[in-house]
Amino acid sequence: MRTRPVPLTIRRTVAEPRPRGFAADRDASLPLTPVSSVVRLRSAVCLLGRFPALAGLDLDLDAGGVVLLSGPNGAGKTTLLKLLAGLLPLHSGEATVLGTDLGLDRRSHRRRLALVGHDTGCYDDLTVRENLRFAARAAGGHAGSADAAMHRLGLDPIADVVHARLSAGQRRRLALAVALGRDPELLLLDEPHAGLDAEGREVLDALLRDARAEGRTVLVASHELDRTRALADREVVVRGGRAYPVEAA
Amino acid sequence: MSLLAEVRLVAAKDLRIEARSRVLLAQVLPFGAIVVLLFAFALDPDRGVLARVAPGLFWIAVLLAALLAIGRAFALEQAHGARDGLRLAGLDPASVFLGKAAAIVVQLLVLEVVLGLGVVVLYGVDLRGGAVLAVAAVAATLGLASTGTLYGVLAAGLRARETLLPLLLLPVLAPVMLGATRAFEDALDGATADAWPWVALLVVFALLYTGVGMLAFGPLWEDA
Repeated sequence: MRTRPVPLTIRRTVAEPRPRGFAADRDASLPLTPVSSVVRLRSAVCLLGRFPALAGLDLDLDAGGVVLLSGPNGAGKTTLLKLLAGLLPLHSGEATVLGTDLGLDRRSHRRRLALVGHDTGCYDDLTVRENLRFAARAAGGHAGSADAAMHRLGLDPIADVVHARLSAGQRRRLALAVALGRDPELLLLDEPHAGLDAEGREVLDALLRDARAEGRTVLVASHELDRTRALADREVVVRGGRAYPVEAA
Repeated sequence: MSLLAEVRLVAAKDLRIEARSRVLLAQVLPFGAIVVLLFAFALDPDRGVLARVAPGLFWIAVLLAALLAIGRAFALEQAHGARDGLRLAGLDPASVFLGKAAAIVVQLLVLEVVLGLGVVVLYGVDLRGGAVLAVAAVAATLGLASTGTLYGVLAAGLRARETLLPLLLLPVLAPVMLGATRAFEDALDGATADAWPWVALLVVFALLYTGVGMLAFGPLWEDA
């Protein structure tokens, strides 16, 4: 693989050739998803203090598909995901996510996406079930979707255990269930494999495959390259706060 | 979801966490009781002095204990990125402000009842003017909670938040302390007519800070 500089344009249409080595080459049953822009970044700059964590990043993503974000530590992957989620402000450039201009409004699109970051975003003194139901209700959903997500991630046996007593892997599953319970159009995953055991990784893989089949757009920042590449339609390398597409060998 | 439903959701979550963690029962209440007790020891030689200054001592004890409750309300949002989880949920920041303030109000009212009983017993205070006391306590508590919630989120983003919160909050709460103390003094002296203007001051302050909080909380919540 080799990289080329920005701008990067990813369009997930069936007619478009895909890079070799990705899951899409092996899966001819992908749904035909109408092309519509989910993410559009132009010269996006995001500062952490005075450090430009994103230094003029360009990125276009259309609806549907799994995109792997790779790159070394400190390259800006987590910052990019947080910017897309509206958790960090855009300092200059343009950023539109799910039709919302993040330069003007960082909140309106949040209920249509989910971010699984390094933390669970949950409360130590609430149980798995309570955390899931609270998150679902707060995002405008209902308890049923939270319970379904709990079942899908295999959390039923620990539904009444408080967050403080969960292992790292169980917390990661809970974070994924919280995200799933929100039924997001755009799913942002930051190192989702971290802390998961073999069974948990299988569940995550299945979740990614299902998300792709359901037409969701999934952006996965990961160092588990081989595993994630097998599930991804495309790969983007983030380095020095900029994005570079990976082309077919 | 309506604003009221969101407020109830956030308040219920905070109260459920407090009920389960028992921080109010195990830490905040004992702390307030110790403060009340220490005042009694310090001024014990003259019980007349204790009864005379009881309203001021009561509200100082409430204020110091409230600092713990307010700090706790935002500490639980800092752990495990819960604040980001709440932000991602897309809740109206005004709902988060009102929900957290409502949960603090409930906790402080419980605290005030317990400390009030302690003051009556330890300081030898004769309870009079119950209606004024109740209205003044509710208004002062609302002011405390609104101001505390606003400054709590402001301090939450700072590294030295534990020490900065009292430094930022205590000067702003001087009108509440003044109004609540004077209203309680007048009520306990039987001069309820003199107490109502102080109660009015407390109500104005509470409404003002609730309104300011609803407007100002959003940017602070996003950028803290």
